[in-house]
Amino acid sequence: MKILVTVKRVIDYNVKARVNADNTDVDLANTKMALNPFCEIAVEEAIRLKESGTATEVVVVSIGPKACQEQIRTSLALGADRGIHIETDSMPESLNVAKLLAKVVNAEQPGLIIMGKQAIDSDNNQTGQMLAALLDIPQGTFASKVELIGDKVHVTREVDGGLQTVALNIPAIVTTDLRLNEPRYASLPNIMKAKRKPLVVQTPADLGIELKTHSKLLKVEAPAERQAGIKVNSIEELIEKLKNEAKVI
Amino acid sequence: MRESMEFDVVIVGAGPSGLAAACRLMQQAKEAERELTVCVVEKGSEVGAHILSGAIIEPRALEELFPDWKKMGAPLNTPVTEDQLFMLQSDNKSIKFPNLVVPKTMHNQGNYIASLGNLCRWLGEQAEQLGVEIFPGFAASEILYHEDGSVKGIATGDMGISESGVEKDSYMQGMELHAKYTLFAEGCRGHLGKELYQKFDLDKDNDAQHYGLGLKELWDITPDKHQPGLVLHGSGWPLSKGTGGGFFLYHTENCQVVVGLIVDLSYENPYLSPFDEFQRLKHHPVLKQYLEGAKRVSYGARAITKGGFNALPKMTFSGGLLIGCNSGTLNFAKIKGTHTAMKSGMLAAEEVFSALNNGCNGAKELTGFETRFKDSWLYEELKQSRNFGPAMHKFGAILGGTFNFIDQNICKGRLPFTLRDNKVDYAQLKVISDYSPIDYPKPDSKLSFDKLSSVFLSNTNHEEDQPCHLKLKDQAIPITQNLPKYLEPAQRYCPAGVYEVIEDESGAHFQINGQNCLHCKTCDIKDPAQNITWVTPEGGGGPNYPNM
Repeated sequence: MKILVTVKRVIDYNVKARVNADNTDVDLANTKMALNPFCEIAVEEAIRLKESGTATEVVVVSIGPKACQEQIRTSLALGADRGIHIETDSMPESLNVAKLLAKVVNAEQPGLIIMGKQAIDSDNNQTGQMLAALLDIPQGTFASKVELIGDKVHVTREVDGGLQTVALNIPAIVTTDLRLNEPRYASLPNIMKAKRKPLVVQTPADLGIELKTHSKLLKVEAPAERQAGIKVNSIEELIEKLKNEAKVI
Repeated sequence: MRESMEFDVVIVGAGPSGLAAACRLMQQAKEAERELTVCVVEKGSEVGAHILSGAIIEPRALEELFPDWKKMGAPLNTPVTEDQLFMLQSDNKSIKFPNLVVPKTMHNQGNYIASLGNLCRWLGEQAEQLGVEIFPGFAASEILYHEDGSVKGIATGDMGISESGVEKDSYMQGMELHAKYTLFAEGCRGHLGKELYQKFDLDKDNDAQHYGLGLKELWDITPDKHQPGLVLHGSGWPLSKGTGGGFFLYHTENCQVVVGLIVDLSYENPYLSPFDEFQRLKHHPVLKQYLEGAKRVSYGARAITKGGFNALPKMTFSGGLLIGCNSGTLNFAKIKGTHTAMKSGMLAAEEVFSALNNGCNGAKELTGFETRFKDSWLYEELKQSRNFGPAMHKFGAILGGTFNFIDQNICKGRLPFTLRDNKVDYAQLKVISDYSPIDYPKPDSKLSFDKLSSVFLSNTNHEEDQPCHLKLKDQAIPITQNLPKYLEPAQRYCPAGVYEVIEDESGAHFQINGQNCLHCKTCDIKDPAQNITWVTPEGGGGPNYPNM
């Protein structure tokens, strides 16, 4: 079985995101970028399925500017077999991403598509679900456990108030949650080998998809800074302030 | 058994000296049409992540390495247009020196204000294009030796070990990187460099090394106050008499200024806190005029090797070389180390390449390097500036400055004597009974800030569950000796709040918050008991400086 994993290049989770001077976007100039942590978990899960003999090939796909080949190489260094880069300098919206991925899925015919549940930059949590709808195949989102039993994939989902296990016919889409696994480190020899693994570059036009924008980014603002707290002397004073100053009770 | 890989040359550290060496090696290999394998390991998560410098960069070495650097897009975009030098007399008074009396080494025509981190990112790209293998996120944690004692290479640290020393799920054993020659380019007070100094007795013939701690912030300022190319330097307040150091404020590109303070680590007052000195400095009108109403973007700190010519160690040993600030090539009279670090790397690369071409396999020491170094402009430049640091330390800023004016401008560094300064920095610290506490003003969160919100802006992170990378030789010393004598100065000299003394019913405890560490190495240098050893944490940890 072939597994397709989607990966996104995002601002590193250690970096404090800051808004640029004219409030048009987050400032990414010379900022450390990294593989989206949820995507990294997806890559790890796919590699584990390959190591356990369940999968035969792991293909990673990423959409974005040339620099996102770095993240594809990182995934290849972790153990994926080959990469597909869909090059575009624009930041396509979730629906565009899902449409591009649908074309890739049709061409590759994977048995399982593993994706991060969301990217930590825009936090949309949409692409997996949209892709499932476009392909009309089952989805198991927010996975904390993935098992192949017979011809079905059993996905344990993290839902409000507990865990839900679903059995999906394949091909299926799985989106990963944090507890699914702890990704490995890439080793030096594997990083060197990854440089020689195959990577195909395509454009949205090659796939016959026109990138459309359905929303417009008006402005980006940093959250308001928290005001310093004060100390009150008595419970009475606290209640008085909550009632009359904060007006919350 | 650890896995190993073989290279012709392994370079530790992707800073200006390491990357310049890597590029120069490959350039020569290309010219000679010779196959050469060069690998650079870097503990930062990416090239540039751990680089922090002023910086005003003299392009001399870059011009030699890449004569076409402008066309190639090296990120030196802001030529210095004006130099201003100040003596701050109090929290609101200052004297601006006329240009005529400023030591020549402090003139910056032809130099550029730039981010050294970004220059290194660019140098890294050039090196990769030339065929160098760069591995960011891998810390060289150990030196490997041949049986005859010569250096065989390095080993990268194990990854995925828990705080208690147990292998976690993600455990990955370190790797041995073997090389014919290993270049150590770790920067100031590299921890492997420290081992080499001891093992090969590299500093037996030179004066004691001296250090400074540089603190730096990056600010977005309003366009009406921005004068790209304007350079301010100064000394005096807030540092008290007897404490050397000075500030800088540079107007760089994109409506930003960098502001910083260098505090000599030879200071004596145990109450001194370099971080708090820096915070209050920004309230002085000379600096405030630009920072008021502006927004702080980033913060960081790094120790500086500033002993200069007199403190230069022997740079060669069997199997390798020490280059850049790891050996102390910074020119303190110019407060510049980039061009000298790069040049030292390039000289090392030339020596290593000629040795490899002559069939040497690393067993022999590169004795030819010394001649190459002595014949270079680098040696001449460092020699001319040899008295600058000792004069400032011995005579103070005014008299020392006068001496330096005469030495540098009139005698051009050729005075027939050499001033020496042989007492090591950590031994300068005096006990608390000699001083009264310094009352630092509370930060106003507009111009000045507390330590933790500052460290937050350095994007520092370390994997939480790993062994502490700040090793105490004796666990008791911080509380039994350093606390009564010096009120444990680590609490104050550390610019990241790593060290704390916490008191509870059972007494005082020394706490190390290794996660905050900015990799500045000050603790390793200044601890009066020399009880703290900085070792590499898991690769990829530490600050993630943008544009620093």
